[in-house]
Amino acid sequence: MHSWGFQVDALDVARWQFGVTTVYHFLFVPLTIGLSVLVAILQTLWHRTGKERYLKLTKFYGKLFLINFAMGVVTGIVQEFQFGMNWSDYSRFVGDIFGAPLAIEALVAFFLESTFIGLWIFGWDRLPKRLHLAAIWAAAIGTNLSAYFILAANSFMQNPVGYRVNPDTGRAELTDFVAVLTNKVALITFPHTLAGAFLVAGSLIVAVGLWHVIRNRGSADTDAYRFATKFGSWVVLVSAALVLFTGDIQGKIMTQVQPMKMAAAEGLYTTESPASFSVLTVGSLDGSREIFALKIPHLLSYLGTGDPNGTVHGINDLQAQYASQYGAGSYTPIIPVTYWSFRFMIGLGMAAAAIALLVLWTHRKGRTPTSRWLLRAGLVMPALPLLANSFGWIFTEMGRQPWIVFGEMLTRNGVSRSVSLTEVLTSFTAFTLIYATLAVIEFKLLVRYAKAGVPDVSPQPAADDDTDDAERPLAFAY
Amino acid sequence: MELTTVWFLLVAVLFTGYFVLEGFDFGVGMLLPVLGRDDRERRVLINTIGPVWDGNEVWLITAGGAMFAAFPEWYATLFSGFYLPLLLILLALIARGVAFEYRHKRPEASWKRRWDTAIVVGSLLPAILWGVAFANILRGVPLTADHEYAGGLLDLLHPYALLGGVTTLGLFLTHGAVFLALKTTGDIRERAGALAVKVGAGTVVVAVAFLAWTLTIRSSAAAVVLAVGAALALLGGLAAARVRREGWAFTGTAVAIALAVATLFAALFPNVLPSTLDAAGTLTATNAASTPYTLKIMTWVAVVFTPIVLAYQGWTYWVFRRRIGVQNIPQH
Repeated sequence: MHSWGFQVDALDVARWQFGVTTVYHFLFVPLTIGLSVLVAILQTLWHRTGKERYLKLTKFYGKLFLINFAMGVVTGIVQEFQFGMNWSDYSRFVGDIFGAPLAIEALVAFFLESTFIGLWIFGWDRLPKRLHLAAIWAAAIGTNLSAYFILAANSFMQNPVGYRVNPDTGRAELTDFVAVLTNKVALITFPHTLAGAFLVAGSLIVAVGLWHVIRNRGSADTDAYRFATKFGSWVVLVSAALVLFTGDIQGKIMTQVQPMKMAAAEGLYTTESPASFSVLTVGSLDGSREIFALKIPHLLSYLGTGDPNGTVHGINDLQAQYASQYGAGSYTPIIPVTYWSFRFMIGLGMAAAAIALLVLWTHRKGRTPTSRWLLRAGLVMPALPLLANSFGWIFTEMGRQPWIVFGEMLTRNGVSRSVSLTEVLTSFTAFTLIYATLAVIEFKLLVRYAKAGVPDVSPQPAADDDTDDAERPLAFAY
Repeated sequence: MELTTVWFLLVAVLFTGYFVLEGFDFGVGMLLPVLGRDDRERRVLINTIGPVWDGNEVWLITAGGAMFAAFPEWYATLFSGFYLPLLLILLALIARGVAFEYRHKRPEASWKRRWDTAIVVGSLLPAILWGVAFANILRGVPLTADHEYAGGLLDLLHPYALLGGVTTLGLFLTHGAVFLALKTTGDIRERAGALAVKVGAGTVVVAVAFLAWTLTIRSSAAAVVLAVGAALALLGGLAAARVRREGWAFTGTAVAIALAVATLFAALFPNVLPSTLDAAGTLTATNAASTPYTLKIMTWVAVVFTPIVLAYQGWTYWVFRRRIGVQNIPQH
């Protein structure tokens, strides 16, 4: 390792593994969160109207949802185990607080999600129609609930509340569970994350629907695809508005609880009032020297404080303040990462909204778009908010560094002491390889099933009344 | 009863539930190439657990979460100490879970063959490794005074632990075969029943040897009673399997697994992870526990939600109670 001129230690690899496995897991989570609800809405429409196109769309997008769902489930188990495996000192420090939402997430949300998804997949002919519809809603509720508990756990790392550090054991202890669940960071991160998830799910619905609208013109199912495309576009637009609204509040809260993160989002070195926001900067990567910058005056002040002339603290001042408060050391995150991930998050998310607007415009008053460019834009559309989600999390987590629990525990003190570099390298390599392989397989399957289009849902040839239930084929089988 | 004891029991119950439920999932997975002679038959096998395997696996996630919340020291030391076995279990569970969902998504035989391998290996590895892991928990592992694992991978692979691995392997195979006999029709049902008796006979010997060895390492009156109960339940289950009383056979293997796991926890109590190195390193239900406040909150959550979960999960098994056979597998 020394021959490379730098030393890799178990801490670095454990951090990389956490980053890779978590970002990877979160490629599937937004689709699961959003599509579970959107598929439930489609099935509800079918239930209410009896129109075949809604049933077709339910089954069609339901299939894509399940291909994605499987990946979310199996990569999720890794997350729970990883805290203990690679971050055992962190787990010891926060277990009294952090374990509870995780356990509740499993008991209250995951059981609901997994049991009812099974009932939904296999229950088409086993359950009465209403109960079958209730099953997808129960699964969707479970999925969305799980997001709340895990975000409450994460919010404790961002803004620890409802605890004290026991001077005898040096561990954090829970003093107020309600405070942990109503952490202001959790309350705003939850709707922001959900809105971001629906942005992805809506985009997928648009991408697939639009592809069929343009490529399969004249197909008997054009009507269904048109509906899906417009429905998805509206979901994207509404979600984008909610993402902006919640993100704005979140920025202000973050400025209070982690001013360093927001200073790092702008690469703002000196305290300014008013502070401007740079849309992009050409110069050194960390924004410390600029050749050209496109700046919007007052915007950072407004984003951070709500006052266009508000004071935004700079990195240098905060660094000096933290060094005197917590002892010598660097308390500054990696600025190029925070600066650019913040911009990519916003830019990519809004690009998806712009495409959705365009899609709706081209469908106005019964028109059908034919543009190849629109087709291409539609195809890249799901990737945009998906990457925006990734960048949002990279910003949130990297912007908190060097802390694992802000103000209480440094990331380097949370790593497992008994795990060797070889072990964590083995684990990192194994996860990366299996995840990369599965990503290719999953993507190809999604494309295959998206291209196949909506299924035929016409009733099977009248079942012979004499046919015994035991002889009939399953409505769905693996 | 002290809350730490309550939570020791709850963690034991969650792992017991996990092994009883995913035990037959693992068994079905491992028996895929043995009892499924062609694609249609293999689909029958997979579809017996199709609607329930994911819910069964949540028992593990809940057990892990409960351990983290109630006994953070136990969770932290165990998961970082048993690093490579847990890594293998995770990789296996990933491959196997995706395989169930993706196997039928393409028609090519080579595609299906690859996922079949993932299902078999992904079921076999955890079936053995869970036994190895729990044998090590019971026997104890080298821990320093500040509860850090001080051994290596080889310290986890001693004869007692390996016997533990063979025991869970045998139990899950038998349990899976009995489950298949209960849930299928026709030829598969016959073959599964016959196989259950054969595999079960060998498993009885291994399981009795393992439980006896366990009681020589650590024991309590309750553990002895539970171990005897486990052996009797297994014998009863096999006797029922012999005469093709499938419901009773399944009850027998389920109870046998539950009591065998309970034996380990009963023998372990009040320790949760004994140290073979420094006695001060031993983790107990007291020194590994969270604060009473956290345990109290978690107790309320468990009291309210566990019955609800059991009710709807039980209902799922009722909904999918019907046996399936090759005639029920759709053409595509």
